[in-house]
Amino acid sequence: MEKFGFAESTKFDTYASRMMPREEFFTSGHRSCQGCGEALAVRWACKAIGKDAIIAHATGCMEIVSSAMPQTAWMHPWIHVAFENTSAVASGIEAALKVLERKGRLKGPMPKVVAMGGDGGTSDIGLQSLSGALERGTNFTYICWDNEAYMNTGIQRSSSTPFGAMTTTSPPGKLSFGQHTWKKDMVAIAVAHGIPYVATASPGYLFDLYFKVKKAVETPGPAYIHVLSVCPTGWRSATDLTVRLARLATETAVFPLFEVVDGRYRLTVQPPKIRPVRDYLKPQGRFRHLRDPEVEFIQKQTTDRYQLLLEKCQASCAEFVPVHVPEGI
Amino acid sequence: MSKAWDQVTWQEIEVGGVLTEPGTARNYNTGDWRSSHPVWDKTRCIKCGVCWTVCPEAGITEQPDGYFEMNTYCKGCGICVKECVTGCIKMVLEES
Amino acid sequence: MMAHKKRLGMEVSIAVSHAVQLARAEAIAAYPITPQTHIVEHLSSLVANGELDAEFVTVESEHSAMSASIGAAATGVRTYTATSSQGLALMNEILFIASAMRLPIVMTVANRALSGPLSIWNDHGDIMAARDIGWIQIFVENGQEAFDHSIMAFKIAEDHRVLMPTAVNLDGFILSHVVEAHELMDQETVDGFLPPLVPYHKLDPAKPVTMGAFAMPELYTECKMGHQVALTNSYGPILEVWREWGELTGRHYKPVETHRTEGAKVVLLIMGSLAEVAETAVDTMRDQGIPVGLVKLRLWRPFPFADLRQALAGAELVIVCDRALSLGGAAGPVQAEVRSAMYPLAKKPHILGYAVGLGGRDVQPEVFEELVQLAQAEVKKGPSEEFHIYGVRG
Repeated sequence: MEKFGFAESTKFDTYASRMMPREEFFTSGHRSCQGCGEALAVRWACKAIGKDAIIAHATGCMEIVSSAMPQTAWMHPWIHVAFENTSAVASGIEAALKVLERKGRLKGPMPKVVAMGGDGGTSDIGLQSLSGALERGTNFTYICWDNEAYMNTGIQRSSSTPFGAMTTTSPPGKLSFGQHTWKKDMVAIAVAHGIPYVATASPGYLFDLYFKVKKAVETPGPAYIHVLSVCPTGWRSATDLTVRLARLATETAVFPLFEVVDGRYRLTVQPPKIRPVRDYLKPQGRFRHLRDPEVEFIQKQTTDRYQLLLEKCQASCAEFVPVHVPEGI
Repeated sequence: MSKAWDQVTWQEIEVGGVLTEPGTARNYNTGDWRSSHPVWDKTRCIKCGVCWTVCPEAGITEQPDGYFEMNTYCKGCGICVKECVTGCIKMVLEES
Repeated sequence: MMAHKKRLGMEVSIAVSHAVQLARAEAIAAYPITPQTHIVEHLSSLVANGELDAEFVTVESEHSAMSASIGAAATGVRTYTATSSQGLALMNEILFIASAMRLPIVMTVANRALSGPLSIWNDHGDIMAARDIGWIQIFVENGQEAFDHSIMAFKIAEDHRVLMPTAVNLDGFILSHVVEAHELMDQETVDGFLPPLVPYHKLDPAKPVTMGAFAMPELYTECKMGHQVALTNSYGPILEVWREWGELTGRHYKPVETHRTEGAKVVLLIMGSLAEVAETAVDTMRDQGIPVGLVKLRLWRPFPFADLRQALAGAELVIVCDRALSLGGAAGPVQAEVRSAMYPLAKKPHILGYAVGLGGRDVQPEVFEELVQLAQAEVKKGPSEEFHIYGVRG
C-alpha cells in the first residue's frame, strides 16, 4: 500500500476509515449520477472544511445536483451566484467577514471562506475572477472539481479536457482524434500567483484529500486545490470503477498527487512503480478511439511531465519568493 | 416547503428564494434510482469502514453491531463492492 | 436635528463619496471606469486613512465588482459600488441576480454612452440598457441631489419591506466632474437617519442557509412574481424615506417633479441633469408667453404611473427628450414607457420623442425651444414620425 506521505501535520501513522468524522455536511439525497467521483470528493472536502465555513459555489454539476429548489444538500451556509464569478463572490464574503470581525459583530470563530467550481468554471470562464482573488491575497480556499469537461451541459470540452479525449465538441472523426491540446495546467497557474498553498487531490486517496483540504482552509491567504473528479457518465467508465480509476490516474502519473507549499513541491503519494498510461485509458470509453500513435504520445508527455515534477520536488530553490510582509510595515 | 413543490404559491417562497433549512435534500429518496444494491457477507467483513468512506451518497450506515449496511439513498453504483478490502460485498439485483 | 446650512463647493463625485462615507458603507468593491473614477478613488483614500471603516476590494472587472458586492451583502454588511457604461453592461447578468436575491446593494451609475463607437461622455444609454434588471432606479439632477440620494438609497434598499438593490443615476462628467455647492450633513444626523444594517438573510455558520438555488419551471414563475411585487411595492417605503429627508433638510423629492406645468398645453419631459437646462428654456419660453412646462422623472423603477399621469393631466403635447436610443424599436426608451403609461387613458396627449445629447453632445437651452417648435410643426402636419434623433448632421 502506498504511504500517505502527508508528513507536515501528520500525527498519525495509521489511517482508519471508521475513525474519520461521521457528520455529513454534503447530505444524501443529492442528484448526482451513480458513482460520481465529484460528489464523493465534495462529501469529504466538506467534512474537512468543518462547520465554521461559508461556501461560494459556481454553476455546474455539483451546484445543480445539490440545490434544486426547495431542496439543498448543503449543511454549510452556501451561495451560488453565476458561473464565472465564484472567486469574486468569495472575495466579497471575505471582505465582509473582515469588517464584521473588526466591528465586533462576528459571533463565534471567523468562518473559513471556500470557493468551489468545476473545471469549466475555473480554468475557462472563471479564470479571470480566480486570478483576481489569488492576486489580491484573499484569505480563502479555492477547490476545483475537475471532471475534465462541461459535464453538466452534456459533456463538452473544456481547457481541462485531456489530450485525445472524446467530448461532444471534440469528437473523434475523419479529421480529428478528439481533444487536440494538452490539459491546461491550473496548478502551475495557481503557483504562478505566488500563493502559500497549492495541491492536487483525488477521490482515489480520500485521506490525502481530507488532510489537504484541512491544511488549505487553515493556511492564511489564498489556497488552491485541484481535484480529479472521476465522471463515469462523461468518461464512459463503469460506475463502480470511480475510485479505482482515480487511483490509476495517480499510479500512471497522469494525475500525480502533490502539494506546493510556499513554492516548494512535494509529492504526497509516491507510487513505487509507475504503470503505463494505457492501464488508465483502457477502462474509459472516451479514449476508446485512440490508436497507438496517440497513446504513445500521451505516454511520452506523461512520463516527461512526471519527470519534471520529480525534479521540482528535488529542487534546491522554491518556484517563487514568498511575500511575507513583516509586522510593522 | 412541506407542500408539493408544484403547488407552492408565490407568497410561500422565501424572500430572495433563500432555502432557510440546510440539508433538505434528505427528503429526496435517491434509492428509487438503483437497479441493484450491495449485500455484505458478515462472515468476511472486518468492519474497516472503507465502504462507508467511498460512497458518494453517504449511502452506507454503520449498524449498532459495527457492521455496515446500505441506507435508503444507495444508488447502486457499486463502488463499495470494488473498494471493499476483503471483497465481502456483492451487488444483487433489485426485485422488479 | 437640523442639518448644516453651510454650503461647500466640491466636485460632485467627492460629494457622493462623502455621502457614502457618512452612510458608513462597509464593503466597497469597484473597478475604475471613466467617469466614475473620482468617486472610487476618493473612497479608496478615505479607507486608507482610516476615515471610513470599510473593506475596499480592488476587483479585476465590473462583473467581479457586482459579484463581490453580492458576496459582501449576503454576508450582512452595508455594500456599495459604482460604475458607468461598459462596466454596467459587463456586470449585466449579475445585476439581475442581485435583485432576485433581494440584496440591498447601493450603486452609483455615472451615466455614460455605450460603445460603439467608444464614448466616455454622457448619455443614458448605459442605464436604459439595464431597465429590466429589477433594481430600484433613481435619477438626480445636480450635486445636492446626488449627495442626498446616495444616503437615502441605503435606507430604502435595506428596509425589510423593500430589500432591493438601488441605483442612483447621475450624469457622467456633467455632474461627476463638476464643482457644485453642497449642503452636507454631520455624521450624527446621518446616523440618526440611517441606522446600522440589519440583514434579512445572511451567510452565517450559526444558521446555515442556501442562497441561489435553481428553480424548475414549476417554481420560476412564482419566484419572479415575488420579485415583481417587491419592486412595485417599494414605492411606498421610497416615498416615506423621501418624506423623512424632506422634514430633516427642507429638500423634498417626488417621483415626478414639475416646473411651471400649470396651464401648460405643451410639456417637455426629461430625466437627469439636462432638466436644469430645460428649466431655463421653459422660463425663457414662458417669458415669451408660450405655455410650456417641464416634467422631470426622478423615480424610474418602480415606474410611477399615477404620478406621471397626474403631472401630464393638462398636456396636449408631450415632448419626451430621450438621452438614449432603443435601436430598431418604436421609440426612445423613455418615450416608449411614457406612451405605455398614458395608453389606458381615454384622453391622451400627443407624445413625441427626440433623442438629445447622445454621446455627450452639448445641449443648450435653445435646443429645447427648437424642440417645442419642431414638435408643434409635426403635430400640425398630421400623422407624425413621432421619434427623431435631434441635431443629426446630414
